[in-house]
Amino acid sequence: MSAGLVILAVVAIATVGFFVGRAKSLSSAGGDIRQLHSLPSYYGQATFLFAAVPALLVTFAWLILQPMFVASQISGMIVSGDIVEGASRTLVMADVRRIANGLDVAVTAGKLSETGIEKLNTASTDVRALLAGVGVAVASDVQQNILAAAKEFRTLTSTLRIAMAVVAIALSVLGLVVALTRIKPEYRARNVSEQAVKALLILSSLVAILTTVGIIASLVFETLHFFQLYPAKDFFFNLTWNPQFTGGSDLGFIPLLWGTLYVSFVALVFAVPIGLFVAVYLSEYATNRVRSIVKPAVEILAGIPTIVYGLFALITVGPLLRDYFAQPLGLGQSSSSVLTAGIVMGIMLIPFVSSLSDDVINAVPQAMRDGSYGLGATQSETVKQVILPAALPGIVGAILLAASRAIGETMIVVMGAGAAAKLSLNPLEAMTTITVKIVSQLTGDTEFASPETLVAFALGLSLFVITLGLNVLALYIVRKYREQYE
Amino acid sequence: MYDAPILGDTVDQKTTKISARDVQVYYGDTHAIKDVNVDIDSKTVTAFIGPSGCGKSTFLRCINRMNDTIDVCRVVGDIKIDGEDIYDKRVDPVQLRAKVGMVFQKPNPFPKSIYDNIAYGPRIHGLAKNKADLDVIVEKSLRRGAIWDEVKDRLDAPGTGLSGGQQQRLCIARAVATEPEVLLMDEPCSALDPIATAQVEELIDELRNQFSVVIVTHSMQQAARVSQKTAFFHLGNLVEYGDTSQIFTNPLDERTQNYITGRIG
Repeated sequence: MSAGLVILAVVAIATVGFFVGRAKSLSSAGGDIRQLHSLPSYYGQATFLFAAVPALLVTFAWLILQPMFVASQISGMIVSGDIVEGASRTLVMADVRRIANGLDVAVTAGKLSETGIEKLNTASTDVRALLAGVGVAVASDVQQNILAAAKEFRTLTSTLRIAMAVVAIALSVLGLVVALTRIKPEYRARNVSEQAVKALLILSSLVAILTTVGIIASLVFETLHFFQLYPAKDFFFNLTWNPQFTGGSDLGFIPLLWGTLYVSFVALVFAVPIGLFVAVYLSEYATNRVRSIVKPAVEILAGIPTIVYGLFALITVGPLLRDYFAQPLGLGQSSSSVLTAGIVMGIMLIPFVSSLSDDVINAVPQAMRDGSYGLGATQSETVKQVILPAALPGIVGAILLAASRAIGETMIVVMGAGAAAKLSLNPLEAMTTITVKIVSQLTGDTEFASPETLVAFALGLSLFVITLGLNVLALYIVRKYREQYE
Repeated sequence: MYDAPILGDTVDQKTTKISARDVQVYYGDTHAIKDVNVDIDSKTVTAFIGPSGCGKSTFLRCINRMNDTIDVCRVVGDIKIDGEDIYDKRVDPVQLRAKVGMVFQKPNPFPKSIYDNIAYGPRIHGLAKNKADLDVIVEKSLRRGAIWDEVKDRLDAPGTGLSGGQQQRLCIARAVATEPEVLLMDEPCSALDPIATAQVEELIDELRNQFSVVIVTHSMQQAARVSQKTAFFHLGNLVEYGDTSQIFTNPLDERTQNYITGRIG
C-alpha cells in the first residue's frame, strides 16, 4: 500500500469522524445547541483532528525514518570485498537501491515474477542485461552478494510499508474512537480547534525562519570547509582573482567586491536622482489623472525580467557606449563595461526608489504643506525645505533597499559588465561582481571538494552579510522615521 | 478672569482691512459658501462662529487663497485687502500669503529645530540680511508668541518635542515672524487644554495691536472673550455680522439667537 493511499485512507476516516462527531455532539445535548459549549461543527473538527493529526504525523515520520532503518540493515550484508576500489559504501548502497528498484520495474513490466526473483542468481542470469531490458541502467555487473542485498532490500521495504499502513490506520481509528468518547456538552471543542489553527500559523512562520537559518547554516558550514582548504587571509586580502581548475588559484575577494560596489554605485547614481524626481513630481505636482497613468507606467519597469534588461544592456546600451564614448575617448574597446551594467541596472532600480519615496512623501502630513504655504512659501520651497527633510529617513530607507537589490543583481552584470575580475577605476572597462562569479564557479561539471568551487559559498556568505547589513540599516531608519508622526 | 465676556471693549479703529462681496465657494458640485458680504476692520479681532460645516473655515481659507491648493475648490466674487482684489490674475498667492499669515487648527510645527521653525518664513522671504538680524527676528517673534521664556535655552531642540500648547504658540510666533498684516486663525485652541487656551487667547488680544486677526472658533465663550466683531455663519450663509457685544446680547436674526442660546448647533 503506497504512502499516498495511506494518507487518503486516514483523511477519509477523519472526514467520517467529522460528520459523526458533529451528529454525536448534537444528540448528546438532546438536540439543543444552547446546551453545547461550542457549535456542533467544532466538535466535528475536533474529532477530525484527533483522527487525522497523530496518524499523519506517524506516517510522515515513518516515511523519513524507514529508508534509514533499511539502509542500516542492508549495509551489514555488504562486505568490504564488494566495495570496488575508488568507490565508497554509499555508492554500493546506491547500486543496491537501483537494482531493487529495477526488479520492481521488471515485475510491473511482466518480465519477472516474485518467485522468479527468489530464484534469481547471478551465475545463471545476467541481471545487468535483464535490468537494462526494462530501462534501468546499472553501472557494473551485479555481484551475487549485491543481488542478495537488493532482494533483502525489497522484502524489508514492502514489509515495512504494510506495517506503516496498518499502524497509521489503526492510530486513526483509535483517535476517532477516543475523540468520540470525549464528546459531551461541556467539552471545549472550539478551543481544541482554535489551538490547532494557532499551531498551524506558528508552523507556517517557523518554515520561513527555519529556511533562513538553514540557508545561513549551509553557507557557514561550506565556508568553514573552504577556509580549511584556502587561507582566509588570502581570500579577504589577495588582490587577484584567478581560479585555476588545476590548483594553485588566486581567490582574492577584493576585485569582486570592488566590481560589485562600483556597478552598484553607478546604478544608484543613475537611479536615485531620477527616482526621487519622479517621486516628487508624482506626489507634489502631478494631477490625479497624470498620476494614475504615470505611476503604473513607471512601475512596469519593476516587472521586466532582469534577463530582458540584460539583453538591453548587451545589444543596445553596451555598443552605444562603446561607439560614442569609449572608443572616441580612447577609454576602452569593450562593449561590456561597468557603465553599461550600471546604467541598465539604474533603470531597473528607478521604480524601487520612486515608488517607495512616493509613498513616504505622501505620508508627510498635509498639515506640513499647509503650514508652509500659509507662510507664503512656494511649492518648490515647500518641497525642498519641509517635505524632503521630513521624508528623508524614509527616502534613505528606500535608497538602501534599492542598493541591496543592486548588490545582489546577477543577470544584468553578466550581460552588461562581462566576467573579467579587475581592479580598475575606469568605468568603461569590463568588470565583474560577486554574484556573477558565484554562478560561474558553480556551473559546469564540478565537485564540491576543491577550493575553486567552495569559494562560491564564501562569496555567497559575504554577499549575504553585506545585503543583510544594508537591510537592517534600512529597517532601522524607516522605523525611526515612523515614530515621528504617530 | 477669562470666564466673563469682555463685552465693554470698544473698537477704536474703523478702517476696513478686508472686504468681501458676493463670495461664492464651490467644492465640486457642492455650493459651500453663498453670497457672503463682509467688511473686516483693521487692528480688530473678528470671530467667525457657527455650527460645524457652516463654511466659516472655508471662508477663512479664501482670505489667503489657501483654497487654491484644493483642486476641486472654486471661488467666485470679490475679496479685497486694502482695496486690492486678491483673486486678480496679477496677484501671486505666494506673496499674498506672506501678507496674510495663518495658524491652523492642529499645531503643525515643521520637524525642524525651534529656531528653524521661526526662521523659515523670514528666510524664504529674505527678511534678514545676516545671521544677527535673523536672531533678532526669531527672538522678537518668540516673545510676541509668548513662548520665549520657555524655549530660549533650547532653540536647537525640535519643535515637535514641545507640548501641544507650546507648539501652537510656536506656530503663532512662526506666523508673525513674516510680519503679516492679517493673521487668520482656524480654531487655534480646539486641540488645547484650558490653560494653554487661556495663554493663546491672551496672546491674541496682544496681537490685535499690530495685526488684524480673524479667528474661527467653535466656542462662543472664546468668541465673546477675544473678539470685538463677530460673524455668525449658518449653512454657508453669513447670517449676522456686528459688534461682539451686540451679537451676544441682542442678536437681530432668530437663527443667531437660537445658536448662541444653544437651540441649534
